[in-house]
Amino acid sequence: MKRSSQITSRFALPKLTYRVWKVWMRNWTVFMKTYKVNFFPPLLEPIFYLVALGFGLGSLVQNIQGLPYINFIAPALIAISMMNSSFFECTYGSFVRMYYQKTFDAIIATPVNIEEVIAGELVWGATRSLISSSIVLGVVAAFGLVSSPLFILIPVVAFFAGLMFSAIAMCFTAIAPNIDFFNYPAFLLITPMFLLSGTFFPLADLPGFMQIIAKAFLPLTHAVSLVRGLIVGNLESSLLISLVWIAAVTPFFFILSINLMKRKLIK
Amino acid sequence: MPFASFTLENSDLWKGNFLKHATARDIESGLMSGEVMVRAQNLTKKYDDFVAVNSISFEVFKGECCGFLGPNGAGKTTTVKMIHCVLPPASGELTVAGMSVWEEPREIKKMTGVAPQEDNLDPDFSVIVNLLVYARYFDIPKSEAQKRSEELLKFIQLEEKRDVIIGQLSTGMKRRLILARALINEPRILLLDEPTTGLDPQARHLIWDKIRALKRQGVTIILTTHYMDEAAALCDRTLIMDYGKIIEEGRPADLIKKHVGEDVLEVDYDDEVMKELQEEFPGAELEVLTDRIRVFTDQPHGVFERFLKDFPMRGATIRNANLEDVFMKLTGRKLRE
Repeated sequence: MKRSSQITSRFALPKLTYRVWKVWMRNWTVFMKTYKVNFFPPLLEPIFYLVALGFGLGSLVQNIQGLPYINFIAPALIAISMMNSSFFECTYGSFVRMYYQKTFDAIIATPVNIEEVIAGELVWGATRSLISSSIVLGVVAAFGLVSSPLFILIPVVAFFAGLMFSAIAMCFTAIAPNIDFFNYPAFLLITPMFLLSGTFFPLADLPGFMQIIAKAFLPLTHAVSLVRGLIVGNLESSLLISLVWIAAVTPFFFILSINLMKRKLIK
Repeated sequence: MPFASFTLENSDLWKGNFLKHATARDIESGLMSGEVMVRAQNLTKKYDDFVAVNSISFEVFKGECCGFLGPNGAGKTTTVKMIHCVLPPASGELTVAGMSVWEEPREIKKMTGVAPQEDNLDPDFSVIVNLLVYARYFDIPKSEAQKRSEELLKFIQLEEKRDVIIGQLSTGMKRRLILARALINEPRILLLDEPTTGLDPQARHLIWDKIRALKRQGVTIILTTHYMDEAAALCDRTLIMDYGKIIEEGRPADLIKKHVGEDVLEVDYDDEVMKELQEEFPGAELEVLTDRIRVFTDQPHGVFERFLKDFPMRGATIRNANLEDVFMKLTGRKLRE
């Protein structure tokens, strides 16, 4: 009885109004104040990867799925930037605002409620994903690695995949006793995803059970396959599975993370 | 003429906007008719097994400055947080301006200004942007927010720090800015949680002046403090809390008279002197603290002077009884936390 009520409270629908937007605006205002710092690293990082892995390593690697190696990894770099920007925004970024800066405490003394604060943070994380991946997309395009006009849909993927990574990140923030705790998800979740989600080599080269794990449990796998499909212009039916996967997982963690944070902050 | 006492400070914000909410007559009638702004009945808050606030009942009247006094951990901050709908009570009733904290938290928060104990100014922004961003949370239109922010900076005398980042402000400046931020929505109720803790005397008196100015504007003020001089200087009424309970309530002057009388005699400790005092003031309370004896009596003013004229004593001083004497008497000397 008690257990079931605990579960329903974890998945209670949050009360959200337009005030989510006010929280988003707060983060946007900070971001724009330091926009040079925010835009420069995401611009340089993919260039390093493309040069080192694409040209360097790529010269030693045969074509993958009919693609030169640099074309194979370029979409992955876009998807990785979605994951990194949103995940780190809603772990370290949100934790600093919540714990060190007490920003959430200040906001909930106004008509904005805690659910709206967390939702605003999540939508902001999705926005960071959109911004970072668009910069990487620009770099990839500048290298001449975009071959389909479908790339125009990538920002949409970026927003929703970013929302998914933000919501997963926020669940860790809700259970983090201190900021060092984030080493666990960073090394045990983000690093394996970075390497094993069909990013730098095809999923098919993994042992069978690992392929299943990657497809069932690693969100990045689905972001990578969607971005790759849109850049190359190869719309397979498996993309639909990725789409459904993200569409199912995102609301699950979105609602869970808001309730977990509420429980953490409103004692 | 009734407005004469309200046209104050160098800011016309206080002449204008606040008077929309309250005039001199409102305040008087509020206090006289006992119009209630905050009402708590059997209000309780628990954390696991710890009872932070234990079934307290109180009322705060419109236009008054009500002080919550108590040692650390007495439940003052918890009570304040329940009033502004950030902490849900475990049980009991709590209404603000007739609205229940359960039913209408947003409406309550719209009319409430909060200056928390801790510094939660936004370190990512300058002084003015802190106010502007905060105004957004209240749906205050941009031009109005700009106008109010500039006026508030004038009010708290931080105009020259307008564009300075929060990290470069002194503690006193931060406290003033927190007060200004609490006023951005022109609140009818102001909750000040230890507004002057850690400030130097200059900064303290500046804050006190501002609080008095706001009170004259008709803002209902709820203040927590453990500085007794602060409570005596600002509060119309005080509630003394300890271990989650309200143990006494009343006007500061009445509490002093009731619990510790008018004067206190202090002399250096000596066994002989002690005996003599006990004989001379049989009904009085004698308290020994380190090497001083304090004598509290309910006898009228002047009794100690006459006594000292006949029996001069070493290190004797007579002083007015104060709220701190009441506080120590009621809450004891044991260190908290």
